[in-house]
Amino acid sequence: MLGSGIAGIQASLDLAESGYYVYLVEKQPAIGGTMPMLDKTFPTNDCSMCILSPKLVDCGRHLNIQTLTNSELVDLQGEPGNFKATINTKARFVDPDKCTGCGSCAEECPVKVDDEFNQGLGKRKAIYKLYAQAYPNAYAIDQTKCLKIKKPKACGKCLEACQAGAIDHTMQDQTIELQIGSVILVPGFEAFDAGQLSYYGYGKLPNVITSLEFERILSASGPFGGHLIRPSDHKEPQKVAWIQCVGSRNCRIEHGYCSSVCCMYAIKEAVIAKEHTPYELDTAIFFMDMRTYGKEFEKYYDRAKNEHGVRFIRSRVYEITDTFDGSGNVKIRYANEDGTISEEIFDLAVLSIGLEPPKDIVELAGKLGIELNKYNFAEPTSLTGVGTNKPGIYVAGAFSGPRDIPETVMQASAAAGDSAAMLSEARGTLVKKKEYPAERDVAGERVRTGVFICHCGINIGSVVKVPDVVEYAKTLPGVVFSDEKMYACSQDTAGQIKEAIEKYNLNRVVVASCSPRTHEPMFQETLKEAGLNANLFEMANIRDQCSWVHQSEPEKATEKAKDLVKMAVTKASLLEPLQGISLGMNHDALVIGGGVSGMNAALNLAKQGYKVSLVEKSQSLGGIANRIRYGMKGEDVPTYVAGLVAQIDANPLVNVFTGVEIAEAHGFVGNFVTKLSSGVEFQHGVTIIATGGEEYKPNEYLYGQNDKVKTLLEMEADLADGKLAKAKNIVFIQCVGSRDDERPYCSRICCTKSIKQALKIKETNPEANVFILYRDIRTYGFYEEMYTEARRKGVIFVRYAVDKKPVVEAAGDKVRVTVTDHVLGVPLIIEADAVGLAAAVVPVENNKLSQFFKVPLNQDGFFLEAHMKLRPVDFGTDGVFMCGLAHGPKNLEENVAQAKAAVARACTVLAKESIDVEGKCAMVNKKKCVGCGVCEDVCPAKAIAVDATEKVAVVNEALCKGCGACSSSCRCGALNVKGCTNEQIMAMISAL
Amino acid sequence: MEWEPKIVAFLCNWCSYAGADLAGVGRIQYPPNIRVIRIPCSGRINPLFIMSAVKNGADGVLTSG
Repeated sequence: MLGSGIAGIQASLDLAESGYYVYLVEKQPAIGGTMPMLDKTFPTNDCSMCILSPKLVDCGRHLNIQTLTNSELVDLQGEPGNFKATINTKARFVDPDKCTGCGSCAEECPVKVDDEFNQGLGKRKAIYKLYAQAYPNAYAIDQTKCLKIKKPKACGKCLEACQAGAIDHTMQDQTIELQIGSVILVPGFEAFDAGQLSYYGYGKLPNVITSLEFERILSASGPFGGHLIRPSDHKEPQKVAWIQCVGSRNCRIEHGYCSSVCCMYAIKEAVIAKEHTPYELDTAIFFMDMRTYGKEFEKYYDRAKNEHGVRFIRSRVYEITDTFDGSGNVKIRYANEDGTISEEIFDLAVLSIGLEPPKDIVELAGKLGIELNKYNFAEPTSLTGVGTNKPGIYVAGAFSGPRDIPETVMQASAAAGDSAAMLSEARGTLVKKKEYPAERDVAGERVRTGVFICHCGINIGSVVKVPDVVEYAKTLPGVVFSDEKMYACSQDTAGQIKEAIEKYNLNRVVVASCSPRTHEPMFQETLKEAGLNANLFEMANIRDQCSWVHQSEPEKATEKAKDLVKMAVTKASLLEPLQGISLGMNHDALVIGGGVSGMNAALNLAKQGYKVSLVEKSQSLGGIANRIRYGMKGEDVPTYVAGLVAQIDANPLVNVFTGVEIAEAHGFVGNFVTKLSSGVEFQHGVTIIATGGEEYKPNEYLYGQNDKVKTLLEMEADLADGKLAKAKNIVFIQCVGSRDDERPYCSRICCTKSIKQALKIKETNPEANVFILYRDIRTYGFYEEMYTEARRKGVIFVRYAVDKKPVVEAAGDKVRVTVTDHVLGVPLIIEADAVGLAAAVVPVENNKLSQFFKVPLNQDGFFLEAHMKLRPVDFGTDGVFMCGLAHGPKNLEENVAQAKAAVARACTVLAKESIDVEGKCAMVNKKKCVGCGVCEDVCPAKAIAVDATEKVAVVNEALCKGCGACSSSCRCGALNVKGCTNEQIMAMISAL
Repeated sequence: MEWEPKIVAFLCNWCSYAGADLAGVGRIQYPPNIRVIRIPCSGRINPLFIMSAVKNGADGVLTSG
């Protein structure tokens, strides 16, 4: 995995969970990529770091992911399935196994450097951690800045500060060779250098900043603690402007593509900025076309406009200049749509900078033999979603073309899916599994708690009086042993804890040190190695939530530490061993929907060796793709679809059912039973929903009344069959049935499709007049080139306002289209031979499936994923996945990628021998339960249901996540949560 | 001596508890009269916990998730 941003992390986790060993190679000293720099994420406004950090931890801790930071690929030899990769690892000068991430070294380091992570808005030291929550949680020395590395006799203050002995200035670079089967390229992107465009004043005017700088300003962990101020003079801005398309859609600087994400992030930044200020902040976005084409984006745009009062100014910005009045404010001069020039003054201008491929990528691509497009992005080979020209090498994320986080995650999973399909023979051969000694039975024993209090070097010990806490712990009920440790997390301490467990016959262990979020699993490992159940462990967080935050109050901090230890000891005395649950599982898959997405999913599953039932309600496979003649890049779609059908037919692992629907479905992950309308019944372990979508049948613009008015798919057939060869005037009308009150979403593909057809018309008949009547042209990514080409070839684009829609009337053997020209403001009348309506993509009827598999639909009738950002093909219900138009409008290429992604996610389940859960789940006291069903309503995992015959709630332990929502909603006190019982929490409260 | 309230906080492991950790990483200083109880989800907070905290002498209860 070359790159460790969200794409690298997702693909690594998918592969590691599916039975493959992953080397995660990252140039920086920590994994994470760009996402940790972002403040919030659209369209949910989730905190970026909050949603990413669980994945960072999962990735860092995974037994089958080896993270190689400070590392780069220098050579790749061999062939798919058997590559030899040479990796160069630069010296970090800090041993990450010894470093505790305490930061004492950085406090002492005298060298201040501009912090790249904060976009230069803050300083870091020469010894630094990339960002607060970084994995590995270890510092690194910037070789170019460290005084001691330049001159061995100079400085060395960090060495004195480091109690853990983790620093070594003599470390050397290392080169290693890895035997690998495939390569996934996920190096991400770089931000466009706004200084290249002098008219925006970036670098000259202090109050012109980039969008990434603005993210850091908004971020609570950023240089200003989330306080919105101008970096130049720390003044709170009253008016902020965003300038779109800086470094995008600009042919003069060879950036003729759309960066796809800037419209949404600018809206998000404007909305969040307004939330940050206690005063009324004026925000304005200067844009050409508002490209909010993704799922739930259009509604976000509408809310920003109508509820938050963000101003959207359709314009071309000429220049940004100083106001020369000493205020530091900036003047934006711009052309309105009608050609008039306006000026407005703002306190701060934010440049929405575009995405570029990493600069050093050309060299790497050369080594790998990967072809790049003219902008040096690695566009995937047609209809593969993730393929490159080199077999065994896959690409995902922004490097394959500008894209946002959900699409990056989707594509990363898809790359994992394709890689796994290629390497399926080797599945499970290199993965590691840990063996533990038999567990000691502690039932009936008196509580014997051991307490270990950590100094964490001086991190805890310099504030909290550790020896006092140790003595105090000895007085607590059940405690038979208490000791202090310099570093509780070190290897030798782990050995000492194991010895103490044996020597004092401990049956509960409490460690008071740092955060259980980072260290609990590690200590639980120690317990397991000592033959104790992992749940007999409890932690007190006396560093992150005590010594670090009460540095000037050692007395009170010590008292607090004692309280925290007392609470932990009290809870520990009530802990019971928890047994994980293991359930059998079926390793077959059900794919519902036989369109391009469903077929790709079925084929990829079969390639990985799993048996698939592919169910299609119509009589033949192909879905809506049967009506598509040309792909977005000109692909021959009928041949492609026929090829897929042939592969499906020839594959013995795929069992096709056509002309049937799902009649019934029961069960849960690993144990589904589905009955078809034909009466056939079978078991399966996972379900992939790929029910597709339909083209909206318009009831506007004379559709259905005049045969000259067609939908885009009908136009496509006419075009392919040569029926439009003689047409002189052809009009396309965009947003028919999309972006309106009934369907407040963008159908995403129509702009590109219309332009594709317009170009086809121009190709066969250059004399034809083609008009595209639009609201915003949304040719995102490289499709922007087609928009440029269409304008060059004379396709006429006329923008219409939503309250002044075009009028279509019958006029003899023609159709008269009247539209108000957006530049001249006067009506334009076109006598058209054909009118193409860009009709919306609409969902099929999904209600039944939604109920069968307990998966939700969104307001528009598409399936709703578990998380908009990071789980784009998963459902909250385990074992059920989705792909294709059932998820939302998207083009063929994107559907192919999503199908593979759904398979990759499904394979993380299928690859397991059994379903194993930790056991921290809800439990029902049947005597108390009255079967009211409130728990069933509140459970987000659909893991609890009232049994129809017994009339009591029953927990499905395989699905339960242990959140406890049922327990707190239960009126009868019948529900409790194992591992975090009401009694344990009550005891902690009482201990105070 | 000035009176200091005693505050019990129920923090969701995934967000607010992580936020409290981050405050530590950032060495953000706050008064030491708060005792945090980590819970698996803010949905875990039973109204009884809040009542019980008050009954046991808490002057304030913070729930965050």
